[in-house]
Amino acid sequence: MLEIKDLHASAGGVEILKGIDLKIEAGEVHALMGPNGSGKSTLSNVLAGRPSVEVSRGSVTYLGRDLLAMKPEQRAREGIFLAFQYPVEIPGVTNSYFMKASLNALRRHRGEEELDAIDFLELVRAKMKQVDIDESFLNRAINEGFSGGEKKRNEVLQMALLEPRLAILDETDSGLDIDALRIVAAGVNAMRSPDRAMLIITHYQRLLDYVVPDHVHVLSEGRIARSGGKELALELEERGYGWLEQEPGEAPSPQ
Amino acid sequence: MKPLDAARERWISLAEKFAAERADDDAWLRDLRAESLARFADQGFPNTKQEEWRYTRVTPMAEVPFQLGCPATTPVTRSAIEDKASPVFACSLYVFVDGRFEPALSALATRTDVHVESLRALDTAIEPPLGSLVDTKQHPFAALSTALLDDGAVLRVPKGAQVTDPLHLVFVATGSREPRATQPRLFIDASENSRVQVIQDFVSLSDDVGLTNGVSEIRVGAGAQVDLVTIQRENAGSFHFSNVSARLGRDARFSHHNLTLGGRLVRNDLEVVLEEEGADCTLNGLFIGAGEQVIDNHTLLDHAVPHGTSRQLYKGILGGRSRGVFRGRVIVRPNAQKTVAYQSNPNLLLTTGARVDSKPQLEIYANDVKCGHGSSIGQLDQDAIFYLRTRALSEPRARQLLTRGFAQQILAALPVAALTEGLNEPLGDRLAEATSSPGSKP
Repeated sequence: MLEIKDLHASAGGVEILKGIDLKIEAGEVHALMGPNGSGKSTLSNVLAGRPSVEVSRGSVTYLGRDLLAMKPEQRAREGIFLAFQYPVEIPGVTNSYFMKASLNALRRHRGEEELDAIDFLELVRAKMKQVDIDESFLNRAINEGFSGGEKKRNEVLQMALLEPRLAILDETDSGLDIDALRIVAAGVNAMRSPDRAMLIITHYQRLLDYVVPDHVHVLSEGRIARSGGKELALELEERGYGWLEQEPGEAPSPQ
Repeated sequence: MKPLDAARERWISLAEKFAAERADDDAWLRDLRAESLARFADQGFPNTKQEEWRYTRVTPMAEVPFQLGCPATTPVTRSAIEDKASPVFACSLYVFVDGRFEPALSALATRTDVHVESLRALDTAIEPPLGSLVDTKQHPFAALSTALLDDGAVLRVPKGAQVTDPLHLVFVATGSREPRATQPRLFIDASENSRVQVIQDFVSLSDDVGLTNGVSEIRVGAGAQVDLVTIQRENAGSFHFSNVSARLGRDARFSHHNLTLGGRLVRNDLEVVLEEEGADCTLNGLFIGAGEQVIDNHTLLDHAVPHGTSRQLYKGILGGRSRGVFRGRVIVRPNAQKTVAYQSNPNLLLTTGARVDSKPQLEIYANDVKCGHGSSIGQLDQDAIFYLRTRALSEPRARQLLTRGFAQQILAALPVAALTEGLNEPLGDRLAEATSSPGSKP
């Protein structure tokens, strides 16, 4: 589904990604871990198409197409979804208006009929139940005055609604208390399916107790320092990230 | 002769001719006009060397050989008006065509809660007198408007009356090849503990150049509440000058919601005096500029006595090569202790060609007060645009949504819920004009 080859990218003139290789197939859940500043968020931004991140080398192929040539909205319409680490507050636009506009933009692209207000409400209510979100969310401005946990749940709600093919969750677990984490994890697990892939970016092992990944990668200084199965996450939890830099001998196994 | 001086002469002779034609009017009205004309003659048209007018040249207006408004030559239909004005027709509708009240086009409910009269139908002078609530010594356009006073709406709300449905006043400019000028007047006298909501709606039925030079005088009595919404959506060739002057009594509440969506050169002067203790004033404004439009807002809030509260929120959205001005003066007089006054003027520039001048001005002479002001000028947030694009919305759609969101605060605060709904489409159209009008993108 997604193949990243020798990806180099910089932000603000500083090279952050220094040669990433990663392959994700449909149905797989990949976890990308790594210390602060290792480039996790830069990678997610490259995949979503943030204009301020510059790709200097390498390629990203998504469903056989050159992802880097696509605008952010085209990527979204083709099924890429990024749950933001810091969801943006947008005053004056209600969540429901936004989500309906977003869903209908997708549906138009897929050649499906747009949902009217009533059908949309029915659908979104069902999804809100899944992520335990209060109905008052609908009429609040996008993320405005939301707590950290509410913002993250709102991201998961949007993901559930837009049903992406490739979901990228950028530190969706950080700042959540254990109850919120369970809710978010349940929302993510409910989305697992044979034709959907997920890339879960996290700093901690915690979320992976609830969402068990098929593959774990460790990002360090802009490169994937190590890849393995779910046990790699446990090892990181025990030993921290420091040992990776000391033992660079083991070559990363490309997935 | 300089253009402004030549224009002054021309307008004086127009007013003199008008006075001669109206020699049969009541003495009080003739006196008021004569006095106002003298005041206009003293001041003339302002130039940009005057502090109050430094951002706005009135020469383009002064150069147009305006004629005074006369009844429309082509008949105006109700549906033409409904097409242009907000659909809040469940309430009482008062239509003024080129300045003149047109009962046939209006929807007049028989009401006992408020007296609404056409100024021309007044048989005696009123108290407080017409023209007494506006400072024509400092405002040449208000002086000129009063010198040419012809018609308008006089609203008197009796003591304790609660007017539950809003009164909708539509001022229609029909237009003509010879540019016309009208001087619409609104006079509201809300007696003790009364309450009324008024919508003032300025529309054009053609693309012809016109001048609207209106004055609204408002007295809010003790414990009374007046909510006034002004919607200005005249055509892109219109010159629009408006003066809203309000005086607030004890514990009176006044809110004004000023939506500037149209016009070529627009000047809004607002002057509110909190004359007695406990009065409360809200001044909200939304101005959206497109093309080469100039929108100049000047507000003056005068806290003359203790325990007054006021808040102002003026939001500007400027596209194309348009220009916006907000100058907000707040005066807190020496004895006006415990005053609370806040003012805010955030502006959004959609293009590099657009410009806004924001000048908050607090003059505080009392020492136990809470006052604050802030203004900002910015572009759309790139992070927010990106966020919306990752949710499948195109970049233009993302910009449109964010711009709409910026305006929403003012719309949501409108006192008439049906208006918030009814203005959705015209506002969207206007924002589309501002967004698409030429002027390179930031």
